Amino acid sequence: MSKKVEYLEQVTIRFAGDSGDGMQLSGTQFSNTSGIVGNSVNTFPDYPSEIRAPEGTLYGVSAYQIQFGSKKVNTIGDKLDVLVAMNASSLKVNLPNVREGGIIIANTAGFGDKNLKLAKYDANPLEDGSLDKYRLFKINISDIVKEELADLKLSLKYTERTKNIFALGLTYWLFNRPTEPTAKWLGEKFGKKPEILEANLRALKAGYNYGLNSEEMTTQYDIKSANLEKGYYRNITGNEACALGLVAAANKAKLPLFLGSYPITPATEILHFISGYKKFGVKVLQAEDEIAGICSAIGAAYGGYLSSTTTSGPGLSLKVEAMGLAVILELPLVIIDVQRAGPSTGMPTKPEQGDLFMALYGRHGEAPIPVIAASSAADCFAMTIEAARLATKYMTPVILLTDGYLAQGTEPWRIPPIEELPDIKVEFATVKEEFAPYKRDAETLARMWAVPGTIGLEHRIGGLEKEDYTGLVSQDPKNHQKMVEIRAQKVQNIANDIPDAELMGEESGDLLVIGWGSSYGAIKTAYEKLTAEGKKLSYVHLKYLNPLPKNLGDIMSRFERIFVPEINLGQLQTVLQSTFIRPVIGYHKVQGLPFKAFEIEDQLNELLANKGGK
Amino acid sequence: MRNILEDIVINHVSDPAGLTPKDFKNELDVRWCAGCGGYSILSQVQRIMPTLGIPKEKITFVSGIGCSSRFPYYMDVYGFHSIHGRALAIASGLKIARPDLSVWIATGDGDCMSIGGNHFIHACRRNVDLNILMFNNEIYSLTKGQYSPLSRPGQKTKTSPMGVLDDPFNPAALALGSGATFVARGYDKDPKMLQYLFERAAQHKGIAFVEIYANCVIFNDGAFDNYTEKDKRAETTVWLEHGKPLIFGTNNDKGVILDGFTPRVVSLSDGKYSANDLIVHNEHDSTLAFILANMTYNEDVPRPIGVFQAIARPSYEEKVEWQINDAITKYGEGDLNALMRGDEYWEI
Ligand code: SF4
Repeated sequence: MSKKVEYLEQVTIRFAGDSGDGMQLSGTQFSNTSGIVGNSVNTFPDYPSEIRAPEGTLYGVSAYQIQFGSKKVNTIGDKLDVLVAMNASSLKVNLPNVREGGIIIANTAGFGDKNLKLAKYDANPLEDGSLDKYRLFKINISDIVKEELADLKLSLKYTERTKNIFALGLTYWLFNRPTEPTAKWLGEKFGKKPEILEANLRALKAGYNYGLNSEEMTTQYDIKSANLEKGYYRNITGNEACALGLVAAANKAKLPLFLGSYPITPATEILHFISGYKKFGVKVLQAEDEIAGICSAIGAAYGGYLSSTTTSGPGLSLKVEAMGLAVILELPLVIIDVQRAGPSTGMPTKPEQGDLFMALYGRHGEAPIPVIAASSAADCFAMTIEAARLATKYMTPVILLTDGYLAQGTEPWRIPPIEELPDIKVEFATVKEEFAPYKRDAETLARMWAVPGTIGLEHRIGGLEKEDYTGLVSQDPKNHQKMVEIRAQKVQNIANDIPDAELMGEESGDLLVIGWGSSYGAIKTAYEKLTAEGKKLSYVHLKYLNPLPKNLGDIMSRFERIFVPEINLGQLQTVLQSTFIRPVIGYHKVQGLPFKAFEIEDQLNELLANKGGK
Repeated sequence: MRNILEDIVINHVSDPAGLTPKDFKNELDVRWCAGCGGYSILSQVQRIMPTLGIPKEKITFVSGIGCSSRFPYYMDVYGFHSIHGRALAIASGLKIARPDLSVWIATGDGDCMSIGGNHFIHACRRNVDLNILMFNNEIYSLTKGQYSPLSRPGQKTKTSPMGVLDDPFNPAALALGSGATFVARGYDKDPKMLQYLFERAAQHKGIAFVEIYANCVIFNDGAFDNYTEKDKRAETTVWLEHGKPLIFGTNNDKGVILDGFTPRVVSLSDGKYSANDLIVHNEHDSTLAFILANMTYNEDVPRPIGVFQAIARPSYEEKVEWQINDAITKYGEGDLNALMRGDEYWEI
């Protein structure tokens, strides 16, 4: 049968089904294969926070969304071009996001009476014409795999479990991707269980062939490979990138690595990953609580380790007092906060940018801490290394903000050979030079790092205010002011050591967008679209939030209006307003969801249309 | 991978021979009240330090907050005065990172048993090789006299003008129940005893918990007189010595027997009982350690002083290193480029 091939620039696909349907697996495989064929990819898993949500229900829907394209894609895509729906609930939940004319692949076996009832459908949407605006492909996947695998001695339950692989195979055909990478992966995963391997390979092939032979599916789509820098690539989540960043930073600093942490969604995976790195000599303590997580890390930092603690909002709250201790001790510490929707337990699996104020100000006393933020999953790697560099160079705790969206989303990452990464220069104090616990480097104001075990440098440090240089406990009023100012200045000095803010677009003019953290993808997409339409605006994405880049004030002064979209009620907006004493327009979405590019685009269009109408 | 910590610090060790107690004193004036139990503890620690054979630079004292937690300032070794309750969490991280160090904790009954209670039980459970000196004065002294989790029921303090309602922890039993491998009790007024207990704690591999009755002359003066004054203690306490029967009394004329699981005092002078009938202390017997610890608040029996338990179990930081070595033996030293590439990568 001859089929048409159509080339597309980018496509958004979402695999949706019940929690037990294996949608995360289909999604990651599809995204890896798309990376392998050279597409730019951006993904996000979306699963219920309950471990085992009741089967077939609306709140048990699990999904995995991928946008892939022939040029850089920065988000997971706003509207779905393709929805794979394994049951009625997954159709119901996701249909509002399918674009008109989009493809829906529905597993009819998941639309029985019980499924329809659980999904609160009165009539079967596959039959009642309500999906006429879409290109609907109805396939009884369960029946097909049952037939395909009939001769294998597998339970019906197991046979059913290959549905997701069938769906994957079908989408591989639809988008002209090779099945080999997944076949290879299955081989590695099930090599010791030949029956199960065989079942999955057959399901994969059956799915592919279904598309190939289908009378209905007349068009195949293809997406050319993106023009990416040469090198090795992989898909990576923000959490894994943070974990790898810590190990890489320790390697470049020639220090052993310590992680003191306590499990908390959505940061726990960093702890998982690092726990698996034993052969790298990494020491990990799963502590009794969040406080012990950071305190053990402070102990290890005192002992001369590149030390870190990882957490999410509620855990950061618990770590606050110890963060102040690290500030006054002037010990290096990497604190990674994977933000989630708060306050309190809030929405544990949902992202938010609500911890910026807390990271900047949330401590008693004058306790400045450098704060930086990653802007994409892959960027988590570089920013973790940057946090380690600043921490050790300036002898200070550093907070790296990521969020649940970056933590779990993936994008292809060009894997830098470790030899390519710059060294992090660390020196310990020794008796060879004149020593005092709070003797400082003239340029950075960092104190010396003198660790226990160093002959002749026995000294005492602690949380009490101390005299500069000697480090002796001091209640002297003037000394306290001096120390408070030194600690503030030391953090400010970092501004000399970080890149200038990068201005995209016009050098000056009417409208400047400033973003931070994970909203980069959505803002960048909207910005690119509007500038391609000839609209005049500029964009700065901040990775350094304390201190701010030195040139930011100058950039801002060249624009009439500043627009700051955030997943909070305007925290960066407030910081910029008070730092630069000028009004800033905010856009606040606080729904536990990342921005969609069109939302930013709509806001910008409105602002551009109302020029001067502040 | 070579690391600079090993190159610059860990691989250089001084010779501990010839150290004297003076080497552990510094020029700072000790700022405890005259008559505070802390003084005795400090000088016994300084006295035993040179006998341990540990290079001076390897010794680190970590503390939390409270009168006792000033301790590290008065020792001329590495010292870390941290925040309230967290000394054990910090010390655990330090010791896990740096098994080459001898890590000591100076803490109090409020710091260790109240705000730091969670870290205490978990440090015991993990058996990190730390030496905990808990100054027990049954009061919050630095904040000027509120009841602590070791204050006695009925005790009148600033926050319990009509008497404490809480029941206290039994620190030895709490430590044992949390899995501590070395548990001991001493008091400020017997320097030789403290020296012995501190030496034992230092030699013990794994967590060593020493509760020390330390008199607070200002806010709870005389709280332990009944057990620590020379004219009383022979009758009110019993010294635990491994392999020896539990004999006490001014004339060594009393003993403790086990009646079922209940310790009971008997006379050794009326001919009914002899030393052979008494409990013979065994530091390696955890069940016995519990029974002895539970004698603490029992007014019918003497209060046990000495080593309740000393059992061998691999220490946590040692097991961490074993696991790392195992991983390296099994899989070879980590290749960072391979780790970063992961299982599924591609070339462009
Ligand atoms: S208040 Fe009590 S515990 Fe504190 S130093 Fe004075 S006597 Fe010692």
